[in-house]
Amino acid sequence: MTLPDGVERRPFDGGDALSTRGEPAYGEPVVDGWRRWDAHRSKLGATLELGLDTGLAGGDSVLYLGAANGTTVSHVADFAGPTYAVEFAPRPVRDLLDVAEARETLFPLLKDARKPETYAHVVESGLDAIVQDVATRGQADVALANRQFLADDGRLVAAVKARSEDVTEAPEDVFERVLDQLREGYEVLATERMEPFHDDHLAVVATPK
Amino acid sequence: MTEQGWFADTDVRDPEAAGHVVREGRADAPDDWPARAVEAGAAADEDEYYELLREATVAGTRAAVQERERADDQQLVHAVRAMADLSDAANEVAERAVEWAGSLFEDVDAGVDGARAVAGRDPETLAEERAVSLCQRAADLGDERERVREFVEAQAPAVAPNLSMLAGPVLAARLIALAGSLDDLAKMPSGTVQVLGAEDALFAHLRGHAPSPKHGVIYTHEYVHGTHPGERGSAARALAGKLSIAARVDHYSGDQRPELRDELDERMERIRARDTE
Repeated sequence: MTLPDGVERRPFDGGDALSTRGEPAYGEPVVDGWRRWDAHRSKLGATLELGLDTGLAGGDSVLYLGAANGTTVSHVADFAGPTYAVEFAPRPVRDLLDVAEARETLFPLLKDARKPETYAHVVESGLDAIVQDVATRGQADVALANRQFLADDGRLVAAVKARSEDVTEAPEDVFERVLDQLREGYEVLATERMEPFHDDHLAVVATPK
Repeated sequence: MTEQGWFADTDVRDPEAAGHVVREGRADAPDDWPARAVEAGAAADEDEYYELLREATVAGTRAAVQERERADDQQLVHAVRAMADLSDAANEVAERAVEWAGSLFEDVDAGVDGARAVAGRDPETLAEERAVSLCQRAADLGDERERVREFVEAQAPAVAPNLSMLAGPVLAARLIALAGSLDDLAKMPSGTVQVLGAEDALFAHLRGHAPSPKHGVIYTHEYVHGTHPGERGSAARALAGKLSIAARVDHYSGDQRPELRDELDERMERIRARDTE
């Protein structure tokens, strides 16, 4: 089984679903304290649902790039250890702050993931994992720039969005180019298309080389 | 300085001060900050470190969000309203100034450009002095309008990237100003966005003695005024729909959605194809 400790598949209305235990954050269904983690709303949720071996484990220290309003981060912070959540847009960070208030080791940061020097004084080195979901051009650049935060045996778990790189090019070609660039600093361990959960997205698991 | 953690030169127990360092600080590279902080005596142990870090990041990020939001869309609203005021003022002053100057000099052209040309002359009489000076004021107002426009063009894409991509920065700013804020615009149904700026026509229609307006300020978009009049209503409705979606994405998620432009382009191509058939 590749699910990290603290993430369980449990029965909900409409069938079994991934879930984590913690304070409800966004109106998700809760049964016996377990919060449903909808793979259709979360790229990391979909990555786990697809069965990729992410290498994520309970208690991991995590840097989450592209935290948005904290939907996925709230689940990560439920099963992980210290979780640094970076998001660039102010409006969603307002919701992210509420999520952080209810969790002891979630650290929200209004920062640009393309500029790690603006948060390297806060985010620690030697992290177990980077989770990346940034809807911006240059997704490989973001992963390479943030590699410095990872431990040598750490994991990058990224959702690459084809349309953020180039809307006209075929997604397969975009993914190939992003992966080639990623290999400058990472060894790619696994990839998988995220349909039917998310169109034109590629899940990537990699480790620093 | 660039090799120190956030806790090095601040009172870690004062969330406001520590939050400021979280926001403004930098480092060339990360380090094992929890261990460094305990070594430096900033925290008793790792647990306390994370407790202090959480207070500092929440306080600093909350302040940063408030500042960015306040800074962003309201500054844009002031700027685009000032742009309209400056346009009106420049034209009004220029009209009077060139009329006056035309009675004193040969070959005076109309408008702000005409006033700018007169402003370069050397006055020889008291009357010329006043007329040339007034022309200079009109030209200055026109110049200020252009500087404010440059500000709007630089700011709008930061405040509302998707809306600016579809509407252009100036129209995006006008829509935000007409709605009052990006928050208000994001909450409007697209039918309201379609007629923003046509309130007079809308109320005339509601009182029952005028047709319903097809478009408000979005008329300035090429996709509306450049579309054949028979299809303009459809074009305005389609454009308003996409602009509403863009405003919501900008307000609620902040993602970049370049595909919105392709969808709009395709939709417009279909609408425009109708009247050539």
